[in-house]
Amino acid sequence: MLKDVTLGQFFPGNTVIHRLDPRTKLILVIVYIVALFTAKSYISYAVVIVVFALCVAVSRIGLKSLFSGLKPILIIIIITAILNILFTRSGRVLLQFWKITVTADGVRIAVFMVVRLMLLIMGTFILTYTTSPISLTEGLERLLSPLKKIKVPVHELAMMMSIALRFIPTLIEETDKIMSAQKARGANFETGSLLDRAKALLPLLVPLFVSAFRRADELAVAMESRCYHGGEGRTRMNVLTMKKRDWTALILGAIFLAAIIALARFGL
Amino acid sequence: MEPIISTEKLGHVYSIGTPFEHAALCDVDFEAATGEYIGLIGHTGSGKSTFVQHLNGLIKPTSGRVLFHGQDIHSSKELTHSIRFKVGIVFQYPEYQLFEDTVYKDIAFGPKNMKLSESEIDERVREAAGFVGITDELLEKSPFELSGGEKRRAAIAGVIAMRPEVLILDEPTAGLDPRGCTRLLENIEEFHSAFNATVIMVTHDMDEIARAADRIIVFDKGRIRYNAPPKEIFSHSGELSEMGLAVPQATVIAARLRARGVTLPADIYTIEQLEEALAGLKGGGENA
Ligand SMILES: Nc1ncnc2c1ncn2[C@@H]1O[C@H](COP(=O)(O)OP(=O)(O)OP(=O)(O)O)[C@@H](O)[C@H]1O
Ligand SMILES: [Mg+2]
Repeated sequence: MLKDVTLGQFFPGNTVIHRLDPRTKLILVIVYIVALFTAKSYISYAVVIVVFALCVAVSRIGLKSLFSGLKPILIIIIITAILNILFTRSGRVLLQFWKITVTADGVRIAVFMVVRLMLLIMGTFILTYTTSPISLTEGLERLLSPLKKIKVPVHELAMMMSIALRFIPTLIEETDKIMSAQKARGANFETGSLLDRAKALLPLLVPLFVSAFRRADELAVAMESRCYHGGEGRTRMNVLTMKKRDWTALILGAIFLAAIIALARFGL
Repeated sequence: MEPIISTEKLGHVYSIGTPFEHAALCDVDFEAATGEYIGLIGHTGSGKSTFVQHLNGLIKPTSGRVLFHGQDIHSSKELTHSIRFKVGIVFQYPEYQLFEDTVYKDIAFGPKNMKLSESEIDERVREAAGFVGITDELLEKSPFELSGGEKRRAAIAGVIAMRPEVLILDEPTAGLDPRGCTRLLENIEEFHSAFNATVIMVTHDMDEIARAADRIIVFDKGRIRYNAPPKEIFSHSGELSEMGLAVPQATVIAARLRARGVTLPADIYTIEQLEEALAGLKGGGENA
């Protein structure tokens, strides 16, 4: 069902990683991505994988949910692998038939690319699985707040993002409900020609849009009646504070990045 | 008599295999006969909506079976699809499912999906509109121009127009004004008796269900707790309030009077019964 989309879903928990400040996690994800793209050799990849595995273990994310999140991009991963294998011409020839040549280099590069892609996606999953969307946008807002000086509407953007995130599950639920109601009247969303299916969406989309507009309107009124007037002078109920564990995590992240860069320096 | 619809050890677990796993239904054995009027009550989250959506195949059971005339409704795709027209379900807040540009067309959506002829569709739409008290003038309006109560009627007509053998209503009166409630319930009873249809009504309105239902089923944490005629159900008023459920006004009044020493039977649940019991006391009763 629609509810089963996991991309970017939050799984509540109470591990150290769950409790880290969202800003720390955002910075660490950037550190991780930089490290991943700096890593060139087996050794540095091994280091990245070990660090990744440690984070997964600590955050107690199930391997199953981690891999199921990869499903939507599986096709991209496969295409990447095939293209790299087919179009790398250097190195020892492993296999040759018709116009296709597979070389040792090609296979190696393909493996590296696939591993890199998977590590990249799954690494960001650790962030989204352990951080609620609300604290994520809050972290983002705080991290980007220096940009306010150059007139970037950081607060407004963050507010829009949190409203959007807040309403995704609501809209999914609503879609589910309207779909059920129309199915109960014999609507058929699953079979038929492309045109039939496009037409079949009408009974779903009209009520969905009507209710989305109604909700937007209601929310605007509710926010105004609670005196919302933008970010200026607004205080927070939960103020983000960096704890000792955040600094520890950041220092560990720095050491990790330094190690990867050092390895790359030595051509590893 | 063979039941028209029944379930065997029906169970449903939401989001199975994730941290959000939640067992909403457990071992539900249920059956309904043709022409029965069944009330379904239970605390918020007890699984009533989940249960009724199983009855027309919108949700697939994670364990157990749903039988329509003795046939498993998930045994073939065609059957699952055709059951939708025989077991009509009116959802909670059905007014949000209206989408056509006129009320007429919206009510015709179900019959159209049944691939009926134009004239048959027309007949059914007018008949259904009649049952819920929608005038010809309203039929030509856009559903978005109707009042909340009219929208609700239009949505219910959309299901009745399929002439389902089993009509399920999930809290049809929620949010309506008292008169609107009464009228809607009368309309439903009319449909019930006109077609000898089985009606399953999910509700929080105990007075209504006490009066209309032949049998009441009480859900508690995804299981059937009681399954009996109203008379018997409302004699468990203590257990019901423990489950967070109310009892009919008449039962409350009778219980209060009993507590003050008036001798009244324990199974009063309608005003008429209360009246009768009190009239019986007059002159003879020690408190009269
Ligand atoms: N789509 C869903 N995904 C996950 N859990 C759900 C879903 N729908 C319902 N539930 C859960 O299943 C349980 C039963 O829900 P259900 O809607 O059947 O209750 P209900 O008896 O109809 O309640 P109400 O009187 O409030 O309508 C609830 O605990 C609810 O949180
Ligand atoms: Mg419900």
